Parts: sequence; structure tokens; C-alpha cells
Amino acid sequence: MQKSKKSLWTLIKSQWALIVMSVPFLLYRILFSYVPLTGWTMAFQNYKPQIRNMWDQQWVGFDNFENLISGVTSNQFWRDFRNTLGQSVLTLILGYVCAIVLSLLLNEVKNVPFKRIIQNITYMPHFLSWIVVTGLVSTMLALPTSGGIINVVLMKLGFISEPVLFLNDASKFWGIVAGSHLWKELGWNTIIYLAAMTAIDPTLYEAAEMDGANRYHKMWHITLPSIRPTIVILLIMSTGYLLESGFEIQYFLGRGVNAKWAETIDIFVLRYGISQSQYHLATVAGILKTGISVIVVGFVNFIAGRLGSDKLI
Amino acid sequence: MRKKLRKLTVENVIFTTLNTTFLLVLAAIMVYPMLNQLAVSFNDALDTVRGGIYLWPRIFSLRNYTVVLNMSSIYAAFVNSVVKMVVTVVTNLVCTSMLAYALSRNEYIWRKPITLVFVLTMYFNAGMIPNYMLMRNLGLLGTFTVYWLPQMISTFNVIVIRTYMKSIPESLIESAKMDGAGEFRVLTQIVLPLCIPTLATIALFVAVGSWNAWFDTFLYNSNKPSLTTLPYELQNLLASAMTAGRNQQGASQAAAAATGASNTTTPASLRAAFTMVTSIPILVVYPFLQRYFVSGLTIGGVKE
Repeated sequence: MQKSKKSLWTLIKSQWALIVMSVPFLLYRILFSYVPLTGWTMAFQNYKPQIRNMWDQQWVGFDNFENLISGVTSNQFWRDFRNTLGQSVLTLILGYVCAIVLSLLLNEVKNVPFKRIIQNITYMPHFLSWIVVTGLVSTMLALPTSGGIINVVLMKLGFISEPVLFLNDASKFWGIVAGSHLWKELGWNTIIYLAAMTAIDPTLYEAAEMDGANRYHKMWHITLPSIRPTIVILLIMSTGYLLESGFEIQYFLGRGVNAKWAETIDIFVLRYGISQSQYHLATVAGILKTGISVIVVGFVNFIAGRLGSDKLI
Repeated sequence: MRKKLRKLTVENVIFTTLNTTFLLVLAAIMVYPMLNQLAVSFNDALDTVRGGIYLWPRIFSLRNYTVVLNMSSIYAAFVNSVVKMVVTVVTNLVCTSMLAYALSRNEYIWRKPITLVFVLTMYFNAGMIPNYMLMRNLGLLGTFTVYWLPQMISTFNVIVIRTYMKSIPESLIESAKMDGAGEFRVLTQIVLPLCIPTLATIALFVAVGSWNAWFDTFLYNSNKPSLTTLPYELQNLLASAMTAGRNQQGASQAAAAATGASNTTTPASLRAAFTMVTSIPILVVYPFLQRYFVSGLTIGGVKE
């Protein structure tokens, strides 16, 4: 109530230190995150990089959007869109299910040092860069003579009779992307579930034991429902990344033979934008990507609100 | 105590055995690729081509490492990667904690609008091309600044630290102010020391992100050899190893010749040694920081 009596000027004077601590960063954020939005005007132009003044460009309305959605480049754009969505949905589902299962299994380990060691080992790949990971992936998937252990194991187990060139088989690319993400992030993703599990009241388990519940009953009826809010909020948050299936792994492992199932929107943007200087097409692809993911996040947020779960925004 | 008294039922024994076996297999899958590359990196390259190197070198050799460490670009790459990481971590910690402190003060008049401006940026991104154009217009292409300036503040980290700062008892801050401490003193002498676990987590994340980043070098500085970084050099080697894989002899010789090591090593073996050089620093450090990042992640998972 004191606040309303003070004039704005005295408030500003008394809070000068807080202002010094925040306003420069506000300007910084506006420059680096909002100013680039003016670049979206390129989407409505036949953009020529050599013309410096934005207003001297040739304005073409929605021609570029039309070109991408139903025109000359539409085949390629929708193919890349499909790959982006397919790869990330597969990565997401596989990642979620496996992380929850692994958390449940780790939670059952009563030997603390053993649990620690396993956890630390499974966190390790998270700290490797994608360049290193793709190098490992391509080695593991190579022919047996080049160190392709996966071929060796599959042949020993009798699943295949001769080595498979996984990376040259376009139909396996989505699986390779999802598998690489799984290997890299599985352990890391269990951290938050395991933290949620330690917060479960132990008397719940004791009461269930009294009633004759076995291990699986306890997992299914106590542990899983208790971490449900965590699962839901993480799932909602991850929808924001639905069109961010990544760039590096596709760029490093993609090659002529598997491009049909490997190329994502980000690769499309890079190819048209940076390599071919077709900035307008690349910008349109970027806008469509942002637009679609904002719509998805908004929709999921709305549904989550309706279902009575925590909203994100 | 209760747990020690658990019944050793048959069902329990079977479950524990299966669970332990599964976890051990999983751990093996997680470490095998790196151990394999470690063995390859210490094995004679021409012998590696014969195949069959799994966990232990067959013909021990340091040749791959001497070639990698003699590559003309490696020192520039190493120095750039280290300086880039240090500058990014320091600027991030300083800027993020100042901003988070201002936004954690309930009495601050512009708290809400500034928070909104930041939070919105978590949900949209202008895209690769407009960002590239901005860097070009600011004259940041081909400069060291482009490595740290655009990454100086992460909204997510601001929110994590702000959440943590809000949990600090208000009375602590009030009494310091009574004693005549200004905002900067409150921040540096009262609030920040209490935030050390969270700051350590964020420092680790920022450091790993910076150390592993390849895209910024590729997009902004790829025609500036003096500004190269370790991931970028590794990617060059990876690319030549992949070409060699497809076109066995010729390309591999060409790539090896380019590094001045024809006939003594191969791109695949060089890549293994390079992988070790870039990964070991981080792999040595992270186990010691485990308790920090676990608590840091848990705070981040809590809604603002």
C-alpha cells in the first residue's frame, strides 16, 4: 500500500540498483531474440542479399509460402517435415517409456553403491557431444571389420546371416536417430523420476505390504501413480521440442542414399539458406516450424488445463 | 532396518538376479563404445583395419596420438575451446545471477514485464537464417565474440536461479539492508554464497554445452581457421573417415596424407584418438559434480 503513494520517479530512484542489474539484459534479450523477428519480412520478399535496405527488396506476398506448401519445393518440404515429426515422435516415445522403466528398475536396487555406479555410468553419454556420439554410432553400426559390434552380435545370435549396412538403409534411419538419442539420454532422463520416487511416503509401501501386495503391485499401484505428475509435466514440456528432432545427427550421418528419410526441416533450412542463399525459402520453413510448434504447445497446454493437470504457461 | 529384514523369498532372489543382470548389460552397452574407441586409439592403425579390436589394443601404439597432437589446427582448436568455455561460463554466471536477483525481488517495479519478455523467448525462435543475418549485421561473423555473446543468458537458467533465490528467507536480506548494505552487497555477500550448489550446476551445464558445441563454429566461423574449435576439427575428421569407409583405400590415403601421416595411420584411428582427447576432460570431471547436478535438475523441474 505504501507503493501507490510513492511516485514512479521516487520508486525508480530507490530501485536504481535493481534496474542496473536487469535493464541492460532486457535490451540484450530484445536485440538477440526479438530483433531477428524483423528478418521474417524476408519470407514475403524475393530476397537478394546484396540489397541492404529491407524496403528496396521485391515484395512477393505469400508466394514463398505457396511455393513451399504446394509449389515447386513442396515435395521436399513435406518430406522433411514428415521426417522431423517422425523422428522426434519415435525418439520421444522410446525415450519416455525406457526412462520410466529404467527408473523403476533402479528404484528396486537396494544396494546403494551398485546403484550409484550404474547411475553414474548411464549418465556418461549425456556429456559427450553429438559429433562424438555420431562417430560412435557409425562405428558400432559399421561392418564387422570396421568395428561394427552390432553386426557381430546379431550374427552370433543368429538374427542375421550376413552383415547389414545399417546407415545405407534409408528405412532404418528413424530408428537409428531414436536409438542414438536413447543411448545418449536414457540415464540422464531417469534423474528427475528417481528424485520424484525418493519423495514417495514409505508408509504407503508398508501399508501395501501388510495387505499382501507384491513387488509388481507396489510398482504399478504406488510408484507409478506417485510420479504421474512428473511424467505429465515432462511430457507437456517436451511437446515444445516436437519439431526440434535435432540437426547434428542428421547432418553427420545423413548421406545421399538415406536422405529420403534423414533430412529434417533444419537441414532444409541450412541447404536453402546458407548453401544456396535462398534466404526467403529458408525463412518460410523456419516460420512454419516455429508456428506449428507454438500451436502444438498452446494446444497441449489447453488440454492439460482441461484435464486438471499443471499448466505450463 | 526393515529393509535388512526383508524375506529372502524365491521370487525376490529371481527378481534381484534378473534386475542386476539387466542393469549390468545396460551399463556395458553404455560404456562399450567409448572403451572400444579407447582401445582403437592405442592400437596400431594398420592393424586395426584387419578388424577384431574390441576392448584391448592388439599392437600397442601411440602413433595415433602423436599424429593428432601434431595436427596444425589442434592447438588453436584446444585453446579456443578452453577460452570459449571459460568466457561463456563466467559471463553466464555473472549476468544470469544479476538478472535472476533483480527478478526475484518482489518490490521491483519492472519485475513482471521483464520476466514476460524473457519467458516468451522460450516458446519461439526467429530461426537459423534471421539469426545468421543478425550476426552478419552486427559484424560478428568470423569473430570470437559470436561464441559467447549470443549465449550470455539462458532464460531457463534465469528461472532456475530465481526460483532458488526466492526460497532464501526474506529476513536475511532485510536485516542486511537494515545494516546499510546496498543491493549489490546483498547479492554478492548474502544471496550468491547460498546459491553455490545451483550455480555449480548451471556452470557445469553451460561448460558442457560450450565445450560440445559444433554448430556455432560451423555456421559463423567456418572460414576462419584461427577460430576453430575441437568439435569442429573432430567433425572434419569424422567426415573424412566416413568417406574413407565408403571408398576404402583412395580416400583414406588422401585424408591421411592431408594430416601428414600417410601409411602410418587411418582416419578411423585418428578419429578414435581425437574423440578421446575431446571427451576425457569432461568425463573426468562429471562424476564429482553428480550431487550438484541432481539437485539442480530437480529444482529446474519444479514449475516456476
